Amino acid sequence: MAIPTAALERGRRFDRHAEAVQTEDYHDILDQLEADGELIVQRVPEPYIEVMTKYGRKKKIPTKYTWHHKSCGQCGHIPGYSTAIFWLARKLDLEYIDPIDQTSCTAWNYYASATSNAPAQAAVAHRNFAAAYETGYYPLIHCGTSYGHYKETREEIMHHSHLRHQVRDVLAKLGKPLVMPEEIVHYSEWIHALRHRIAEKQVRDFSNIATTVHPACHYYKLVQEDAIYDEEIYGGQRTATVTGVIQALGAEVRDYSTFYDCCGFGFRHILVSRDFTRSFATLRKIEIMKQEANPDVVISHDTGCVTTLDKSQYVTGVAHNANVGIPVMSDAQFAALAMGAHPYRVCQLHWHSTDNKPLLEKMGIDHEKAWAEFQQDLDDLKAGRKEYLTWEDAG
Amino acid sequence: MGLFVDKYPDVAYEEKLRLWEEVKADERFPSYLYGCYECGICVAACPSARFYDFSPRKIAQAAAREDIELIYEQMNDDVWNCSQCFSCNRCPRQNSPGGLITILREVAVNNGLKSAQQALEGYSRIVYKIMGTGTQVSPDMLQPDAFPDWGPDVKRVSDELDLWRRALPPETLHTTKTGWHVSEQTLIELYLIWYNTGVMDMIANVDEGLNLILSDVMEEMLEEAGYDMDEYY
Ligand code: SF4
Ligand code: SF4
Repeated sequence: MAIPTAALERGRRFDRHAEAVQTEDYHDILDQLEADGELIVQRVPEPYIEVMTKYGRKKKIPTKYTWHHKSCGQCGHIPGYSTAIFWLARKLDLEYIDPIDQTSCTAWNYYASATSNAPAQAAVAHRNFAAAYETGYYPLIHCGTSYGHYKETREEIMHHSHLRHQVRDVLAKLGKPLVMPEEIVHYSEWIHALRHRIAEKQVRDFSNIATTVHPACHYYKLVQEDAIYDEEIYGGQRTATVTGVIQALGAEVRDYSTFYDCCGFGFRHILVSRDFTRSFATLRKIEIMKQEANPDVVISHDTGCVTTLDKSQYVTGVAHNANVGIPVMSDAQFAALAMGAHPYRVCQLHWHSTDNKPLLEKMGIDHEKAWAEFQQDLDDLKAGRKEYLTWEDAG
Repeated sequence: MGLFVDKYPDVAYEEKLRLWEEVKADERFPSYLYGCYECGICVAACPSARFYDFSPRKIAQAAAREDIELIYEQMNDDVWNCSQCFSCNRCPRQNSPGGLITILREVAVNNGLKSAQQALEGYSRIVYKIMGTGTQVSPDMLQPDAFPDWGPDVKRVSDELDLWRRALPPETLHTTKTGWHVSEQTLIELYLIWYNTGVMDMIANVDEGLNLILSDVMEEMLEEAGYDMDEYY
């Protein structure tokens, strides 16, 4: 059978407006939609910090009055990740809400199984945005995939009036308005914007800690124009989040040749085809980092990446004798440790798999003592002396 | 016979064309495909291309020249290999092969293709979790038999789960069946979204059993909250 080219021969033409799409400013479109009564734009509350994004536009990052849009995988499987984000907000005296009127963005499932559709995904996003708006607090998105997916739905809501009206009608049935945040903000952008304030409160010396960074695909590849790029970091050629806070804390960021590569999470693969995930995470990320940079720790800023890079190392190390064994954590946990957070009460590192004790020692943390303290907490909980570990207990 | 063999000769061309028209009718389609230079940049960035006989370039090319037979084959044999990482969005033509795949998958699910049903086998409990509880993964999924490759720590987590969840300072995280505590009103709103956007029908197309279980759970809660479910049938 020959390759059919009839469609091209018929003179099929493609609109060349992609360049315009790449440089359009979503702020202008949102303002216009608001002026036309199509939606409400939730403005970034003061005080905010302005940062630079990929194509040179400024983005406002809120510091306080944030509504924390939690992440399924962080909360479910590596809960020290979410805990560290909240702990940072508390230590920096930044008011926030940790809502129960929040669902997952459901994008993990969508990218894994396609058992949903564009209007449903946008309605889920905007139900959450409306819930945040009702509180007066501003959404801060914990998950890289939620962040990327919400920007995809923003594109759709902005450009497709039919879909926008469909979503507006669904929300009306829930008694909610169609609200779009002025900026969609990832927590790692919040950390990046606050990195110097975090560094001011640093109590542990990280100058001998070597790191590698894994940037999350859905942070900077999926609707890429408003990811943070900073001329001071990688000459503005790579996204600055994560790297910025590590450098502000005085630790070393070592480069490696597969920086751009995905972690191998794969959405469906991590759940039902993990041979792919393990192979990719090991062969293209961890082994390369080990050979080329030999870091003490890998720092990332997304649920799936931290999970994949951490959990994939066990079996490849044991069964395939791969050159692995680098602990993995989020920028939030790393920053919290720098500010003196407890490795188990706050960062909950016992939920991670790869041995992080040598790292903790290098950070000057007595992990045996810290575990004994945490074990005492567990004993107290078990004996009914307390029901839950509280923020006061966490220190 | 030429280079490519129609792998699905039993499926009528008209049916393959119908599915392709459904892909093109998706509102997102025009912004995911602007033609294809056939440069292969997307392949160089693609994790799945390294491990499978899979190519985002072929997906974009087939879509650009409307190769109906090949698109049908890809819809069955290729799309589930994609990692949906969107590394291919660096395409110099501003295509999103990953986005095209999202739509191809969605059409496959919507039409109950056998390959989609097979791809989703073993996945239903995860769909149930997200649609029924509002969070995608829960702490109690960390069972050693589900994650044997994640090492002995998984057993430790599952043995200590209740205790370790209570040892989390954020009040919303003292859960084991969901990632965090989701309010009942929030769940009701989520269920209404599924019913009002056709997602329940999509589920029925690929997994009738799952649809029944989900409907039971959702309808009970919605009816208790005073919603008339007849409206949705
Ligand atoms: S989204 Fe799919 S096709 Fe695109 S780079 Fe990722 S795995 Fe490859
Ligand atoms: S990067 Fe774009 S233009 Fe190049 S082969 Fe892939 S889809 Fe075609």
